[in-house]
Amino acid sequence: MTNSKLNIQLPGLDLKNPVMPASGCFSFGKEFSKLYDLSKLGAIMIKAATEEARSGNKTPRVAETASGMLNAIGLQNPGVDHIIEHELKYLEQYDVPIIANVAGTKIEDYVSVAKKISAAPNVNALELNISCPNVKEGGIQFGTDPETARKLTYEVKNVSEVPVYVKLSPNVTNIVDMANSVGDIADGLTMINTLVGMRLDKSGKPILANTTGGLSGPAIKPVSLNMIYQIRQHLADIPIIGMGGIATVDDIFDYLSVGVDAVAVGTLNFTDPYICPTLIDDLEKRVESLSLNHIHDLKGRAYS
Amino acid sequence: MKNIMTVVSQENIADKIYEMVLEGDITESMKTPGQFVHIRVSDNTSNVLRRPISISDINLEKSQFTITYRADGDGTKKLTKYKAGDSIDILSPLGNGYPVEKSGNVLIIGGGIGVPPLYELAKRLNGIGVKTTHVLGFNSSKDIFYEEKFKALGETFIATADGSYGTEGFVTDVTRNLTDDYDRFYACGPKVMLKAVSDALDIDGYVSLEERMGCGFGVCYACVCDRVDGTQAKVCTDGPVFKKGEVVL
Repeated sequence: MTNSKLNIQLPGLDLKNPVMPASGCFSFGKEFSKLYDLSKLGAIMIKAATEEARSGNKTPRVAETASGMLNAIGLQNPGVDHIIEHELKYLEQYDVPIIANVAGTKIEDYVSVAKKISAAPNVNALELNISCPNVKEGGIQFGTDPETARKLTYEVKNVSEVPVYVKLSPNVTNIVDMANSVGDIADGLTMINTLVGMRLDKSGKPILANTTGGLSGPAIKPVSLNMIYQIRQHLADIPIIGMGGIATVDDIFDYLSVGVDAVAVGTLNFTDPYICPTLIDDLEKRVESLSLNHIHDLKGRAYS
Repeated sequence: MKNIMTVVSQENIADKIYEMVLEGDITESMKTPGQFVHIRVSDNTSNVLRRPISISDINLEKSQFTITYRADGDGTKKLTKYKAGDSIDILSPLGNGYPVEKSGNVLIIGGGIGVPPLYELAKRLNGIGVKTTHVLGFNSSKDIFYEEKFKALGETFIATADGSYGTEGFVTDVTRNLTDDYDRFYACGPKVMLKAVSDALDIDGYVSLEERMGCGFGVCYACVCDRVDGTQAKVCTDGPVFKKGEVVL
């Protein structure tokens, strides 16, 4: 059932509501499909696909931190061909837009994965992962150098059959430069990816086998809000899907206030596997109780 | 999968070791020993990850089960604050447990906080007439728990690393001197113990692995381990119990 007050149109995406699980926190949906109907979701951002299968980093791969967590999974995935044949096939039974996360270590890999996965019948958009902090080569370099990011976005956009959203890394000195460098090519932005961090054990050694990991969860929400706010002062119209520590409807309202069009929920899927449908239900009630005409009535309140 | 349980009791039974009894309908779905629950330690978002804790005792008639855990970190310390009547949010039951197979003579080997799931297992095996011998390893006498419970089920040996109680050394220092013939072993404890036991005992067995977990149900790929055949397994959904020789220890 579509609630017209929550319905949002973005390039390639007809969202029933603005809530979707973030990439890497939902795998390819199969496990969650046993808990609730995936068709309820605004969209699904599936786990990153790379050209070849990747076995990821050594364990430990996760460590909890104050109001957050570090992860260094290392883009473990079965490879793009397997994902198209099996994972995306499985998701065909659900009436939900899919945003495929594309990762790689060189431009040719990104291009190849983007070409293949954008041709899958149920992929509606790509999320270009130029910001994974947990792989040794590629990944984050593409997300910290504006020229490289621009070239990569251009190449991927050239081959993609669906709109391309670029996932920005917060591990940069100037986020506006990064957004500007891809803003006229990309169909939208998703932000933010994790912040590089570290946690030590009692003996003073890093807990993660990878030494560092990506920080996510409520701890990073203020960082994300600020970065989105800054970008909105320069790029007023580019679609933005905001993420970073969303746990409640109030968090979603904060993200809308700094100018996002939709939101993604990451870490909190682990805290409460039912968080996405719960937020969607809560959001419906709140929109009614506030007598809003549309959820986007709240958009941009921080600066307008 | 998500269930709100009621705390029946909580008790400190050894140094940093707590035993909590929980009640709720989900208990009836706890079919195999060796499964675990994934517990949300507080209802705010200061702890975003749940804590995987093994089930040590199941009482189907009362719809109650017991978890036994070590309070060593921030999250498990919060768990110790729960008292009778409190509600607690768990995902359950998760993972694959130990197969309860009828056979002659079985060795049960636990190390430290790996001991708890073996108690429900030993109970079940005794229930179908399997003789169990228990070898439990701890660091020191202050860390020992469940000795009497296991003794009530069968012969029980304790090893302590510092020699303050029982045999000085590790569980393998006990098993090397056992003279009976055993058909199978079941082990849970640190990886180094599981490896030592697997190498020392020339019989089939099952090992239960511990690993830092994210989601607990196969989504996040945090708790992977390597299989001997070169593929990877998830401890949370493919394990935590594996056949001896299936995974690299």
